[in-house]
Amino acid sequence: MSQATVRIPTPLRPLTGGSDEVAATGQTVGEVLSELGSRHSGFLDRILDGQGKLRSFVNVYLGDANVRALEGLDSEVADGAVIHIVPAVAGGRGRGRSRSRGAVR
Amino acid sequence: MIARQRRLAALKETIPEINVGEAFELQSRGAVLIDVREPDEIAAGSPKSAERIVRGFLELQIENKVPDLGHAVLVMCAGGTRSLFAASDLHELGYTDVYSVAGGFNAWKNQGLPVEAPRVLTPEERERYGRHLTIPEVGEEGQAKLLNSTVLMVGAGGLGSPAAFYLAAAGVGKMILIDDDVVDRSNLQRQILHTDERVGTPKVDSARATLTALNPAVEVETHATRLTSANVDELFAGVDVVVDGSDNFATRYLVNDACVKLGIPNVHGSIFRFDGQVSVFWPGYSERRGPCYRCLFPEPPPADMAPSCAEAGVLGVLPGIIGTLEAIETVKILLGVGDPLVGRLMVYDALRQRFTELKVEHNPECQRCGDGPRTTEYIDYVEMCAIA
Repeated sequence: MSQATVRIPTPLRPLTGGSDEVAATGQTVGEVLSELGSRHSGFLDRILDGQGKLRSFVNVYLGDANVRALEGLDSEVADGAVIHIVPAVAGGRGRGRSRSRGAVR
Repeated sequence: MIARQRRLAALKETIPEINVGEAFELQSRGAVLIDVREPDEIAAGSPKSAERIVRGFLELQIENKVPDLGHAVLVMCAGGTRSLFAASDLHELGYTDVYSVAGGFNAWKNQGLPVEAPRVLTPEERERYGRHLTIPEVGEEGQAKLLNSTVLMVGAGGLGSPAAFYLAAAGVGKMILIDDDVVDRSNLQRQILHTDERVGTPKVDSARATLTALNPAVEVETHATRLTSANVDELFAGVDVVVDGSDNFATRYLVNDACVKLGIPNVHGSIFRFDGQVSVFWPGYSERRGPCYRCLFPEPPPADMAPSCAEAGVLGVLPGIIGTLEAIETVKILLGVGDPLVGRLMVYDALRQRFTELKVEHNPECQRCGDGPRTTEYIDYVEMCAIA
């Protein structure tokens, strides 16, 4: 079992008790995230879809490499590895708007 | 006079002279032609594709233009005298293949060889941008590039404020601002282009007032409208760089898709509370294959994956960091210097005071910039809140 440090982005910190870095164990990225998910309910659901695949608007990095460019969730984790969770962030002014349109051109 | 003539006669013994026809021929085969005349002389015309280094800065700047001391260098002035002195200086500096062009620019022009009139700075510009002119990577040529460039700012808010402020100060010639919002007092915690007395006025008008007060020469074109699939092509046409300072996914994806379609570098910044992200999405970057925003995040998150708008918020100083990084990337791209954040995502954590650089790979299956089937059709996404 490798021990990794998982860096939690601000939007997901309410799901990790406010921690911005959490230690977790596993042989692969998927195992590390699952182990974290088993301790923090709701966490995995924000990263993985119903089929257990990475959501398209979240990226998981092992070191500085996107796991999509490696072996995905099967990427092997070395002891001491740092895993980043990088969500899409829209903000530029600090609050969103709520107009809606659906037109496609 | 006698001393000068004696010195010139000695130089003619050591520095080979060539005529303008030979200079043109050598230039077309890769020799570097250096025009050492003064800016007011160059304003009236200079050989096409010549490097222009005023004589007083020749030794200081030549290595930026010609790093290889063995490369052929052709030195030109107006008539062929100053170029002899200048060529001698280069020879002493260590350049081994230096020529003086006899007859100088006057002969070049009389022979009908190709001439161009480069943008020459006015005395006021030289005073204002003096601290740029002394940087070899900018110099007069780089400053002229900035003055001739057009940057479009999507949003005149938290990110757009510092980015536009510094780009106007740097002398970007034309800035196009797009924002349909009006100044609200709650903006003033971070949106430094605006002022308390302008609360209630359109942000683009407020931004223009601040930018032109800083640098009256900057042309500021404003559009108090929302960027949509219907107007994006027209607004982005002819722009050198787009700075994305938007606040919603719908606009970010539209900015990305239009920049990919039109081949414009997209300088991206986004912020949330204490966290920021910066990158340059530019598939057409000449040095390496760059990704687009959709290579990193193929689709925006669904609304149910975004927390309520009330949960968002941002430390007021944070857009200062991220917007300023966007301005730096923009200036680098306009000048063609350094290594832009193409294929690299800078993630900033203000609480830890830590920057982390992550790789962003080009996705061969990307629907916008991939190697397979692509689409250029724009999508007006239904907007959702600030974060996945």
